[in-house]
Amino acid sequence: MAYQFTVSPDFGPSHIAGWQIFNTYLQRQLSEGIHFELYDNFEQQRQAIFDDKVDLIYANPYDAAMLVREKGFVAIAKPTAKEDEAIIVVNAESETQSVEDLKPGTRLATTDDPDVHMMGMIMLEPADLNVNNVEITQCDSYVLVAKQLLRGTCDVGFFLEEAYQDLSAMVRDQMRTLVTSQIQIIQHVLLVGPELASRRDELFHILEAMTSEEKGQGVLESMGIQGWEKLEQEDVEFMIDLMSTLVED
Amino acid sequence: MLQDMNSEDVHGDYQESLQHYYDGAERKILVSDIEIPYPEGRLIVSSTDSSGVITHVNQSFIDMSGFSKDELVGQPHYILRHPDMPPAAFKDLWDTVQAGNRWQGYVKNLRKDGAYYWVYATVIANIRNGEVKGYTSVRRKPSRKRVQECIELYPTLF
Repeated sequence: MAYQFTVSPDFGPSHIAGWQIFNTYLQRQLSEGIHFELYDNFEQQRQAIFDDKVDLIYANPYDAAMLVREKGFVAIAKPTAKEDEAIIVVNAESETQSVEDLKPGTRLATTDDPDVHMMGMIMLEPADLNVNNVEITQCDSYVLVAKQLLRGTCDVGFFLEEAYQDLSAMVRDQMRTLVTSQIQIIQHVLLVGPELASRRDELFHILEAMTSEEKGQGVLESMGIQGWEKLEQEDVEFMIDLMSTLVED
Repeated sequence: MLQDMNSEDVHGDYQESLQHYYDGAERKILVSDIEIPYPEGRLIVSSTDSSGVITHVNQSFIDMSGFSKDELVGQPHYILRHPDMPPAAFKDLWDTVQAGNRWQGYVKNLRKDGAYYWVYATVIANIRNGEVKGYTSVRRKPSRKRVQECIELYPTLF
């Protein structure tokens, strides 16, 4: 039976093909059948994890706690210099100059991207804003978050910084950044489940070698990743501890 | 060994006092009225071992505390304690995290240069294989309104 590999649903659409190529690359290198499955949203992906269908995952940091501490996944690697940072953005014409200018009743556009939403909400705390006193519109993509701001139907929007930079310059020119997170520790991680865990070292060596051979470099480029760094189990445990200080009960 | 604060490090007017700590240690501290604003978008992160000795600090911690990494790692975490913080707050913190729960609160921290900064802190135990290996504290930018409430409340808790 083939193993299953999945990727956190929050990556940019331009990289779908890249992840598929990566899966093919891994299958060849490991001489193992690996089925690449993409889920439409985090809820569907979590259900698959809960049902023990997933063996290898490029996981959102928000889900790392569940994967490691409840499902026994272990750390393999993290992408080089690719931390998840969130930004809060307003329409360029907005009178809001800082987070502290925002008032209860603020209309917020966000996505189901859990770590970005969490970081965004933390950056609203200095204005005494929380889920109970803002109006949240959950959008299916960052493009739709931008649309809410441009149409004036929302006051602020949360973006993954990388996704914001991927918007066209024309769209970005109509918006303004209020604050950018500089957390540096929170990032997506590649984790392997119990069924494949015995091949963790082999997997890491394959990832590590990607930067030194032409085909591997091409695959990395198509995923928008510079390379992989080894992730020790304590590194991911520390990130999970850090996340647990940020997640509200 | 915990060093006394040095007047050469301190900017502006300051008050000198002797700070006593729970473990019997004491040191001379120099406290000014200068507040350093919390940096936007940052998290200040540190970890300690199970006895409260600093084992890890991130760059934001270094930047805001005014100490170098070498001056922090190996020191008790109370090196940041400001005399305006009531001891009851820290007792509550330790009682909470040692019971395996998460502690959250507003804290006024003392910098190397005698100035201070307010944070909203969350502290948890680092549990590995069922054992407490240490503690991690993550601070974020506090609500000014809540800080003002603490400025009024904390003097009543001594």
